[in-house]
Amino acid sequence: MSSEWPLWEVFIRSQHGLAHKHVGSLHAPDAGMAVRNARDVYTRRNEGVSIWVVRSADVHASAPGDREALFDPANDKVYRHPTFFPMPDEVKHI
Amino acid sequence: MKLQLFDYLLRLADNDLVLAQRLGEWVGKGPVLEEDIASTNVGLDLLGQARLWLAYAGEVEARADAVGRSEDQLAFFRTDREFRNLLLVEQPNGHYGDTITRQYLFDQWHVLLLAELATSRDSRIAAIAAKALKEVRYHVERSSQWVIRLGDGTDVSHARMQAAVDALWMYTGEMFSVDETERALIDAGIAADNAALAAPWRAAVQSVFAEATLDVPADPWMQGARGRGGKQGVHTEHLSRMLAEMQALPRMYPEARW
Amino acid sequence: MYAQMIDTGLTKVADTADMSDDERAFQARIDDDVRIEPKDWMPEAYRRTLIRQIQQHAHSEVVGMLPEGNWITRAPSLARKAILMAKVQDEAGHGLYLYCAAETLGVSREQMIEDLHAGKVKYSSIFNYPTLTWADIGAVGWLVDGAAIMNQIPLCRCSFGPYARAMIRICKEESFHQRQGFDVMMSLCRGTPEQKAMAQDALDRWWWPSLMMFGPPDAASVHSAHSAKWKIKRLSNDELRQRFVDQTVPQSDYLGLRIPDDDLAWNEDRGHYDFGAIDWSEFHEVLKGHGPCNRDRMRTRVNAWEDGAWVREAAVAHAQKRDARAKAAA
Repeated sequence: MSSEWPLWEVFIRSQHGLAHKHVGSLHAPDAGMAVRNARDVYTRRNEGVSIWVVRSADVHASAPGDREALFDPANDKVYRHPTFFPMPDEVKHI
Repeated sequence: MKLQLFDYLLRLADNDLVLAQRLGEWVGKGPVLEEDIASTNVGLDLLGQARLWLAYAGEVEARADAVGRSEDQLAFFRTDREFRNLLLVEQPNGHYGDTITRQYLFDQWHVLLLAELATSRDSRIAAIAAKALKEVRYHVERSSQWVIRLGDGTDVSHARMQAAVDALWMYTGEMFSVDETERALIDAGIAADNAALAAPWRAAVQSVFAEATLDVPADPWMQGARGRGGKQGVHTEHLSRMLAEMQALPRMYPEARW
Repeated sequence: MYAQMIDTGLTKVADTADMSDDERAFQARIDDDVRIEPKDWMPEAYRRTLIRQIQQHAHSEVVGMLPEGNWITRAPSLARKAILMAKVQDEAGHGLYLYCAAETLGVSREQMIEDLHAGKVKYSSIFNYPTLTWADIGAVGWLVDGAAIMNQIPLCRCSFGPYARAMIRICKEESFHQRQGFDVMMSLCRGTPEQKAMAQDALDRWWWPSLMMFGPPDAASVHSAHSAKWKIKRLSNDELRQRFVDQTVPQSDYLGLRIPDDDLAWNEDRGHYDFGAIDWSEFHEVLKGHGPCNRDRMRTRVNAWEDGAWVREAAVAHAQKRDARAKAAA
């Protein structure tokens, strides 16, 4: 039996109000220990107020080869950004 | 009363210091990196607690005696007979299951003790205990989970854990003994009544052991429980050897500052 | 720590003309400073080189815990004990981050550890030297971590994303390591004559091995050339070594210590310190396994791993039992 513990991805929320952010990974035999290990490994310097762990095997990712098809179409939709619409100086609060 | 308080503070400090020293021996040699890091965190918490207790002990000593020793003087220049820790925490590390078992038996007592001390009439004790309690709640959570994991793991791990429990059990009685030093402080509302911790400790241990499929041993002849144990400075052979290593450098260069 | 003498398995640096379309596209991304991510296409040699380099680096962190761990139980004050424990604990963390970065390339941590124990992969030779006195803890932090930081800062911009990200985290934590080392040295140099002598003795023993940490001279190193092209390594061994000497000499002067090199002198024209010739025969002997502590270090690691096997197995067995019970109950 391989005794290698499964790999987990660790997400830490650094302060209230911010989103959890991926900080790294670690090995643990179960979810409970993954959370505790994440606390010991990734929050030794007050980095966080909340921890998520997800089994690495459960992460589904976009394929690098699809990068152009997935992300390029957004390039020419500049009208989605507020800066696309110049406003006259005398118009305020908009 | 001041000298009794000093003595009591040393008991609190020395448990933490001696166990931290034992955990320090593990650094770099744990079963897996994650565990090395976790175990060192516990050691660092305990070392931090020891320093708080020792600093306060030094102040109390100064009030009684005009000369109060620093944390380092107390840690490095007392003999084993002057150390006041429980026999349990000075036991050698053994294998990882021995270390976890020692840790859990202590943590489960420590967390109950600190919860009591957090309401001590001595405000310094209450404040230190309240801070330490947060850390120790995590310690007992971690060590109890490991007892369960290893107890209810493989046949090999189960056998090793049961043997560890059986070997260490005789050092648990001392945790619940009360001597004259403590009696006076308990009556003054300063110290925790160890005798009262026995029932909740046992209930918690039974529940964890049940989940771990480990048997609670029949109570053997308890070491150090009758006023002649670690708290009174009568230790096992292991402590003086540990201190010889820990204290070597400051004693070799008593004039030096580090 | 630093990975020495990475064998890329290549004998020459490829010209653009020799490259396939994939390779050209890959090299173009590197030249544009676009990070390579684990699932991106990469040349096999790039993957192999990275796995080797990152795992050597990881092993170095983990083996590097031992010489310093040697003094945790004997630290001369409680404050120093706490600092040292936290520092060595950080090294475990660094090893862990690095193993995880290497794992994104498809090699398991278990495999890497087995390769280390089988002698197939090396760790930084510096950890094959003993820590004989407390002053060695100061010297290791000041010199060895100082040299390591110098190597590592450029790696924060390494082309491989997971490695670069791990290095950013590591560098943030490392800056405390070097300072605590220098702080130990200051306390010794301001202390009793015996303490000062202890500090000098440590500098005498650690100086040359620290210079060797940057690896052999640049001349004729095809591996270095490749690593530079791939932006796995961004400054040459000799450049880094010179920077280290230039930065360390004034620090040593401040401490009132003497660097054990008669040829050490400020060169006004170059704007750098000149320093004496390094005894590379010692370096190669230590690398081959003939250093004072190679056997001890490896034995300690192998024992820790083997003694821990039943613990790791039990944790997996318990998790499986719990999963099975949860399924049965559902």
